[in-house]
Amino acid sequence: MKKLYLPIVTSALLLAFTACGGQKSKDTVRESVELTGAGATFPLPFYNMSFENYSATNGDRIAYGGIGSGGGIRNLKDGIVDFAGSDAFLSDKEMQEMQPVVHVPTCMGAVVLAYNLPDVAELNLSGEVIADIYAGKITDWNDARLKALNAGVTLPAQKIILAYRSDGSGTTAVFTDYLCKVSESWKNTYGSGKTVDFPVGQAAKGNPGVAGIIAQTPYSLGYIGSEYAFAQHIASANLLNRQGELVTPSPASISAAAGELPQDTRCSITDADAKGAYPISCFTWLIIYKEQHYSGRSKTQAAATVNLLKYMLSDSVQQTTSTVHYAPLPRQAVSLSLENLKSVTYDGQPL
Amino acid sequence: MQDKLFRSCLFLSAIVIPLIGGGILLSLTADASGAFETFGFWHFICSDQWVTTAGQENYGALPFITGTLLTTLLALLLCIPFSLPVALFTGEYFRGRKIATVLGTVTDLLAGIPSIIYGLWGFYVLRGVFMHLGLSPQGSGILTASFVLSIMIVPYAASLSAEFIKMVPSDLKEAAYAIGATRAEVIRRVIFPVAGPGIFSAYILAIGRALGETMTVTMLIGNTNQLPDTLRTTGNTMASIIANQFGEADGLKLSSLIAIGLLLFLITAVINMIGKLLIQRARHV
Repeated sequence: MKKLYLPIVTSALLLAFTACGGQKSKDTVRESVELTGAGATFPLPFYNMSFENYSATNGDRIAYGGIGSGGGIRNLKDGIVDFAGSDAFLSDKEMQEMQPVVHVPTCMGAVVLAYNLPDVAELNLSGEVIADIYAGKITDWNDARLKALNAGVTLPAQKIILAYRSDGSGTTAVFTDYLCKVSESWKNTYGSGKTVDFPVGQAAKGNPGVAGIIAQTPYSLGYIGSEYAFAQHIASANLLNRQGELVTPSPASISAAAGELPQDTRCSITDADAKGAYPISCFTWLIIYKEQHYSGRSKTQAAATVNLLKYMLSDSVQQTTSTVHYAPLPRQAVSLSLENLKSVTYDGQPL
Repeated sequence: MQDKLFRSCLFLSAIVIPLIGGGILLSLTADASGAFETFGFWHFICSDQWVTTAGQENYGALPFITGTLLTTLLALLLCIPFSLPVALFTGEYFRGRKIATVLGTVTDLLAGIPSIIYGLWGFYVLRGVFMHLGLSPQGSGILTASFVLSIMIVPYAASLSAEFIKMVPSDLKEAAYAIGATRAEVIRRVIFPVAGPGIFSAYILAIGRALGETMTVTMLIGNTNQLPDTLRTTGNTMASIIANQFGEADGLKLSSLIAIGLLLFLITAVINMIGKLLIQRARHV
């Protein structure tokens, strides 16, 4: 029995040696950097595509874990990732609790109101009506206020079956942020956040969960991330914006919602007062530390991180957003971000 | 020398599992302490508030404890008419015959189906049926979740019950037949009294399984954080609230979720312990 061990151990060691050797020689041929990021799941299809393209062109490997915005920020705080993805910008209070960071928007999306109404081809909604439906004040499809918005459409005499997200989500945060802006009573009673205590309806996990309930349940209504709704061709309502226009959610109407932005790009663009703007639109950000020397990261790694962000802002990448059902950034967001990236340092030296 | 080595190896691997279990308990307790300190242990258990709004955060576990106990008990009740006949079929009526082996194997197979598949079936098929029958206005809810759970725990209850039914001594049964008892009477007067504690423990172990079931319940229960008032309404269980909200939670909310996890850990441990104790006692009879 003992005699058997020796050859096994030697061959295992030999294998390990050759494997290591192979790895080493490969690395000296071409030095590639491995970057890790984690966070928002909302832009995941866009990131997967862009990061893969990026790897194909320059060899850097990027691993992005869709663990949710909160998780991404937690990982950045722990210093175990190079960048975090988040659907919500950090609040002033959160900014104070950590080292200075730079927010870089990468694309835009929206929240759409999906519905399942047999025999109704198009549905119009307004902010106040949505807020009152979610507050349980409007319970029937043939409510007078819904009828007023949908002249010429026969709305069924049925109860509205509501769906919302059960998991903490940026989608909920954007949606309720909008409700707070359009309804004072919503703001005072329920507020906004990644999870909100909705008084009526049922909840399901993720966009697929909510979309599943809507697809399976006649007379239902729910909110879904636009990237999912566009990809799945889910019927969604037109919304009345601040300008009094009824707007269909689309990449163009989402991009139109970005008005004048602050220097650090941290702002909410829901209920935007712009022409043709879809009112529940949002940015998604990648967040990095201003000072890139942390957790023993090398300068090459820091440079690669900034390089990746610049790539995400480039025209060629922005043009691909709509192929994966997102909306491109407006000019101003790109120019502000490129300027902000100049302030990123390594050991105090600009990169 | 070799014997000694072997023994210490065995000892090492035997100690690893209890160590891991203890470690889990320890870290759960440490992370949950924040919630217990803020709200107080009993208040946390008895409060039905789940307010996530920043600044007014207030967490209580009562809706989820209620949801867990409701779904589990209902699942248990619904599972009895499925599992007891199967146990009698395989353990008494057709004992040792081919048809019993087939039925026993098929029932055991149910245990091997991943819970997500039960969830999908419930979501796409059962919800529609429940809505159609008017059992639930929105299809999902405590009743739907319990129904699928009951099917999931049938194999656990049935195969163990069958074992205990098989263990009933033949001389007892033969004696009953000799004095003119019918088969139904033998089952009622001999098998149930003798195998009773064993069958009971089988159901306790099935409860243990239903308590912690996460995926299926999350897909079917409707995930609302209010205290359920009827079985037709939606709710949430301890496992499903953790699965739903863990991803984006931090601070006090994270601590509260972990506290719910700790409570679930303790409830499941106690119930399994009771089941094990009962099995031991039943085997000695």
